[in-house]
Amino acid sequence: MLIDAWRYILAHPDRFGDALWRHVTLSAAALAIAATIAIPLGIWLAGQARLALVVINATNLGRTLPSLAVLALTMPFLGTGFVPSLFALTLLALPPILINTYTAIRQVDPDVIDAARGMGMTQREITRRVVVPLAVPVIAAGVRIASIQVISGAVLAAYIGGGGLGDFITAGIAMMQLPLLLVGAVPATLLAIGADFLMGRVQRSLRPRGIA
Amino acid sequence: MNWFLRNWDQVAVALGEHLVIAGSALAIAFVISLAIGIAAARSQRVFDAAMAISGLLYTIPTLAFLALLIPVVGLGKANAIICMVAFSLMILVRNIATGIREVPAEITDAARGMGMSAAEILWRIELPLALPVIVAGLRIAAVTVISVTVVAAYVNAGGLGTIIFNGIASDHPPKIISGAVAACLLAIAVDTSLAALERQLKSRHASG
Repeated sequence: MLIDAWRYILAHPDRFGDALWRHVTLSAAALAIAATIAIPLGIWLAGQARLALVVINATNLGRTLPSLAVLALTMPFLGTGFVPSLFALTLLALPPILINTYTAIRQVDPDVIDAARGMGMTQREITRRVVVPLAVPVIAAGVRIASIQVISGAVLAAYIGGGGLGDFITAGIAMMQLPLLLVGAVPATLLAIGADFLMGRVQRSLRPRGIA
Repeated sequence: MNWFLRNWDQVAVALGEHLVIAGSALAIAFVISLAIGIAAARSQRVFDAAMAISGLLYTIPTLAFLALLIPVVGLGKANAIICMVAFSLMILVRNIATGIREVPAEITDAARGMGMSAAEILWRIELPLALPVIVAGLRIAAVTVISVTVVAAYVNAGGLGTIIFNGIASDHPPKIISGAVAACLLAIAVDTSLAALERQLKSRHASG
């Protein structure tokens, strides 16, 4: 069956390449937009205790929503295709990044901040040169969780016309053609595992030197 | 809203089905995780191996996992339940093992000094003290399993996803919204009630 799946890919390199490219661009775009919104928002929220309580609780609830339900809910309002899928996947990527950024900033040792202030650093310098570098590994962990969720969610985007590798799976199930199903399922799995591995490396390399 | 009012019984049946599938998957996953988790709490090597394997399973996209199981077990509930058990293992094993490890050594030493056997220490000391951490894991696993069940409707497992998929197939937005909102509310309800249980267990521990 795997050989048949491989033959299908060799026979339709364009179709497979398009789906894979679509899957990667959809996931990467959703992740990039979510990170651009959630990281600055999380840093800012860390200084707003009262507002943060409300936003973080709401975000925690958002985290529990089933991916497919979120994708399905965008369809009646935004229709089908790339943009609605991108919107839904961005929503799914926001909570883990926001929560990890907020937690990361709050976790920074107050003694370290005091020491930086004692050295004459301004609040701005403390944020940019002390707090954020110390928080980066935890923020990267949030991006890593989000990337897995987005790649997994992008498989489901096939249902709302988002394209990607999920198209092969839905077509394979509909026609009960097992090799076709594997053309979608195996690369999607490898993509998720590969992204997790890669993000794990990035996460480790971002750990500031001299900090245990 | 009109569609929902006319067909609320259909949604209720799907909701019941959803709970049964998700509940049975969670129960099976819990029994397996308890065995692995207890072993992992005793040995770092078992812990590392269990985390590596279950972490890999956890990374596989839901729909891809369901699809990969079709050649092996075909369509239906068994497929969905295997997938959900595999997804919950990492969270449950991690929390069960961590919960047991966090029990202070003085307490287990005292229990041993009182003449308790290893099995008695496990069931009467370690597991009860680990309960808040175990419930925290159960909460995350429950939400995960509810989410997977929505997708599992596509492999004919039933549940609220069926309503969503029928709505998408017949291009009927009220149906899509009813199914999706019901699934979201279910996830939120389960999450908040298990969070309340977790808090209660923690405060009971704190007060002695």
